[in-house]
Amino acid sequence: MTQKIFHDQHVTQLSPKTEPPPHAQRESLAAEIRKLSFWYGETQALKEITLSIAYRKVTALIGPSGCGKSTLLRSFNRMHDLYAGNRYSGEICLFPENHNLIELDPFMVRLRIGMVFQKPNPFPKSIFENVAAGLRIQGVQNKKLLSDRVEQALRDAALWEEVKDRLSQSAYGLSGGQQQRLCIARALAPQPEILLLDEPTSALDPIATAKVEDLITDIRNRFTVIIVTHNMQQAARISDFTAYMHLGKLIEFAPTGELFTTPQETLTRDYITGRFG
Amino acid sequence: MLNAEMSQATLPNLTGIVDANRRTDLVMAGIGISVLIIAMSLLAAVVIDLIVGGWPRLMNPDFYLNFPSRHPLKAGIVSAWVGTILVMLVTAGIAIPLGVGAGVYLEEYAARNWITDFIEINVSNLAGVPSIIYGLLALGLFIHGFGLGETILTAGLVLALLILPVIIVSTREAIRGIPLDLREAAYGLGADKWQTVRLYVLPAARSGILTGTIVGLARAIGEAAPVITIGALTFIAFLPPSPLQASPPFINFEWLESPFTIMPIQMFNWVSRPQAEFHINAAATGVILMLMTLAMNGIAIWLRYHLRRQIR
Ligand SMILES: Nc1ncnc2c1ncn2[C@@H]1O[C@H](COP(=O)(O)OP(=O)(O)OP(=O)(O)O)[C@@H](O)[C@H]1O
Ligand SMILES: [Mg+2]
Repeated sequence: MTQKIFHDQHVTQLSPKTEPPPHAQRESLAAEIRKLSFWYGETQALKEITLSIAYRKVTALIGPSGCGKSTLLRSFNRMHDLYAGNRYSGEICLFPENHNLIELDPFMVRLRIGMVFQKPNPFPKSIFENVAAGLRIQGVQNKKLLSDRVEQALRDAALWEEVKDRLSQSAYGLSGGQQQRLCIARALAPQPEILLLDEPTSALDPIATAKVEDLITDIRNRFTVIIVTHNMQQAARISDFTAYMHLGKLIEFAPTGELFTTPQETLTRDYITGRFG
Repeated sequence: MLNAEMSQATLPNLTGIVDANRRTDLVMAGIGISVLIIAMSLLAAVVIDLIVGGWPRLMNPDFYLNFPSRHPLKAGIVSAWVGTILVMLVTAGIAIPLGVGAGVYLEEYAARNWITDFIEINVSNLAGVPSIIYGLLALGLFIHGFGLGETILTAGLVLALLILPVIIVSTREAIRGIPLDLREAAYGLGADKWQTVRLYVLPAARSGILTGTIVGLARAIGEAAPVITIGALTFIAFLPPSPLQASPPFINFEWLESPFTIMPIQMFNWVSRPQAEFHINAAATGVILMLMTLAMNGIAIWLRYHLRRQIR
């Protein structure tokens, strides 16, 4: 297993565009996964994964189908806790507090970590209420605050111009690509520390995909993003770091440019050259 | 060219398949329509027969305002329709919260173990218990056990018990129909179970629950057997106290303890009289009872439409 420790060197990886605001520089990690294993009942889906998540960067998870990408992503906001028989061991530490989120209350964890799913899943409510949902769940009542945050989230999700005149209409009237951006806005509105994206563009056409990729690029200075993708070009385009997984193990983790140009492991090389997967 | 040969070889064949499918469709549509016509005309015959039979009384306003009487032409249904409405209010007020609550509990909260399975089997079986058995239960429990008497409250309770299984089962089915990803979306935002159920699952399941509730209430409104068993009156010459009053607190609940009769019992009573004039009254009562059921369905449709538009 080759793991590049990027604490010190990652500054050199930055393109000028991703220069974080000054206050963000005090820490370089948003989270660290340490020896995380996970079981669906008897089947082990993650095997001692150790991985660092850079603060306000995009980390991509790639790998063949069934290798555990979604499982790893869903561990971050404790989605597995919704179903009986699932078990974790190891740690996912959130910084700066250095709390192991596996031991925190799952509801607290989900308030801090947002998730967008593979298929757009808006609520059967208005566009406004969809985006405001997270804030309402947190008990926000203030109308002004709600509408400000909804507008901001919709702007971040590059959807504001398209929906600003019909915020009170049903979210089901939007196209698939718009619905997915709405789901991103919904996840962004409570301003999560980490945004999880599980193949967010796999149900979208190329134009809608490009819009989602653009918005991820636009928000990368303000949010820590972890994205699962099957599309290696996508990972190369939008991520700062890439992790390659295989059969529940982390095989290689490196700055995206390095992983795609000079993979250290045979498995990684085979996968990204298309020989396998 | 190989391609051309292949399409030549397969084309006639494909057309054959398409034609065959179309023929099957036509036959099935034909069968469907005939079955529908037979069923609808039977229903229409019953309704028309009732309307024609009851016409003279239906056209007479006194029929709706008079109490029952020994003289067929003076007899009316005021005590019956008021009784039916009040009993249905009690039934709905008890069965809907209990049934929806039980459905939500079983589907969302109950641990998956043998106790839950046992409860589930029992709930489904209860839906098949003959209504008169519920009447006997109510006679023993509510009247002799709790001393509630032969009142509107007792009737509402027994009918609520009768339709509880229907409401529970349809609530569960409606909830189960809500896709998993909708729940995950809510949980993913940090919602707890109750928020997820209240804000997202129940509103999405609303129209299924409403449909089940109406099916249940429509069954209850026509039930005579359990209400006769608990000893509802067949001849009653006064109305229950009004639920509304002029002085604060403006509503009172004395009507719950009042004796009463209901439409199906009134109808049954008149049908069993020898004089043909009473049969006219019975037919007219049947028409009104059906209209009440229709009105209930209408309210449900309106509610569903309104709730769907009302998403903020
Ligand atoms: N609910 C479950 N119960 C049991 N096993 C599961 C469950 N979900 C996933 N698995 C198994 O865990 C392994 C990892 O699955 P996971 O969904 O994380 O893969 P993935 O990398 O996201 O694949 P894909 O790219 O196809 O989405 C697979 O072998 C899968 O069969
Ligand atoms: Mg997956």
